[in-house]
Amino acid sequence: MPRFVALVKASAESEEGVLPSTENLEEMTRYNEELVKAGVMLAGEGLQPSSDGVRIAYGGPSGRTVTDGPFAETKELVAGFWIIQARDLAEAVEWLKRAPFQDGEVEIRQVFEDEDFGEALTPELREAEQRLREQAAKNR
Amino acid sequence: MTDVRAAIEAIWRIESPTVIAGVARLVGDVGLGEDFAQDALVAALEQWPRDGMPVNPGAWLMTTAKRRAIDHVRRSETQQRKYAEVATELEEHDDMPDPEDVRDDLLRLVFIACHPVLSPPARAALTLRLLGSLTTDEIARAFLVPEPTVAQRIVRAKRTLTEARAPFELPGPVERASRLGSVLEVIYLIFNEGYAATAGEHWTRPELCEDALRLGRVLAELMPRESEVHGLIALMELQASRLRARVRPGGEPVLLLDQDRAHWDRLLIGRGLRSLARAGALGPLGSYGLQAAIAACHARARTAEETDWVLITAIYDVLARVVPSPVVELNRAVAVSMSLGPAAGLEIVDALRDDPALKDYHLLPSVRGDLLTKLGRTEEARQEFARAAAMTRNERERALLEARAAALE
Repeated sequence: MPRFVALVKASAESEEGVLPSTENLEEMTRYNEELVKAGVMLAGEGLQPSSDGVRIAYGGPSGRTVTDGPFAETKELVAGFWIIQARDLAEAVEWLKRAPFQDGEVEIRQVFEDEDFGEALTPELREAEQRLREQAAKNR
Repeated sequence: MTDVRAAIEAIWRIESPTVIAGVARLVGDVGLGEDFAQDALVAALEQWPRDGMPVNPGAWLMTTAKRRAIDHVRRSETQQRKYAEVATELEEHDDMPDPEDVRDDLLRLVFIACHPVLSPPARAALTLRLLGSLTTDEIARAFLVPEPTVAQRIVRAKRTLTEARAPFELPGPVERASRLGSVLEVIYLIFNEGYAATAGEHWTRPELCEDALRLGRVLAELMPRESEVHGLIALMELQASRLRARVRPGGEPVLLLDQDRAHWDRLLIGRGLRSLARAGALGPLGSYGLQAAIAACHARARTAEETDWVLITAIYDVLARVVPSPVVELNRAVAVSMSLGPAAGLEIVDALRDDPALKDYHLLPSVRGDLLTKLGRTEEARQEFARAAAMTRNERERALLEARAAALE
């Protein structure tokens, strides 16, 4: 059964660190309980605003550049996530439709499993990967 | 159009156990319950694309199914009194079903699907069908049997339940423990079909583990105060965490101590450890909880060398008292050999050599051979590996054991 990550997009309120109302919290608690009761929930968390976060940029002359938040483009930021296990994308969509949001956006993406890599990870490649891991483990 | 159909089918998979349970309790029969629920699905497939999706699809399906049930009951003359009851129920609970009632109905469905009057394969098929929302075809592919076999199995199971007049009720306090044991056994049977299977189409088998895990998680929310329910989930989560590392790309099984732990799923390990803590908080661990505790020892060790064999041995000592069996004793011997040395383990294994229950169990000579090797008794070890190789029916294992024997020549 595939896993899906549901990314909750940030909003002006989440970025300001405005806490949800008691009513909203209760609704969210109930929704999370529904996910748990259905055996669908694997994980779910809220993320602190980007003002307390950092970004790491890779490449460039210095190799790694760390920038403090907050970051603009609020709609592209992530405020929270769920990891759920569902039969297919349609089922994941039905579950996330039931989330107690009045506005905003959730993006759902399927998690790669080994077998999804298809041509890229042939049995020979997988074997080689396995041997490499064993070698690495011995060298640790 | 196909999007709408996919959405309806997804909603059906989410809602059908609740709908089946609600109607089954109304008419007192799980077969009829499923029939009326299916009628509601057919109606949804006809009406929703035309009229739009209802605001509360679950409630729509439940109301439609119950109305079908009323029509059926009304038409049956001998059921007049039942008709009055059913009609009243529908009026009173049309809008907001009590979550407690919904929970109880689902539990009733769990217990009836796992009824001991049914054979274990029948229970597994019925459970996957009614609670897992799997199609007959999916169940057939999961168990590697033909679809008509599964279809027949389910039909006969429902008939057996009707003929046995198995009540659609929660078991009373006297039989509750044994009935719950039956439920846990079914879920673990489904899990093991997926976990121990290295034959068949490679990646469809972990799906079975996940089906069992979902069923177990649902049950944990229905019976949150039962320690062994959380114990079983803990065991399954921890074992499932090792699924990717268990099999080489070529299909050969990898022993636990040889597995690449970077491939162990830490999300599942975390969940398994939390479930184990819940089980422990509810009272002394039972058989599943203790097995989970042993699995947790492996999960917590970052490398095989860091395994806490002393703790594992201690848990096996308790498990051997709770579920005494020669197989548990053999496993205990392995743990003892790792914590106290091969000689101590060999003592226990030697005491099992004449146990008739183990006379065809190839792991007994295999373990004995391993311990003898460690004690430098190479000729005796070689003989044991040769014996074990002759006893196993698994080609890969036979090759492995023959190689171990040959290495000692």
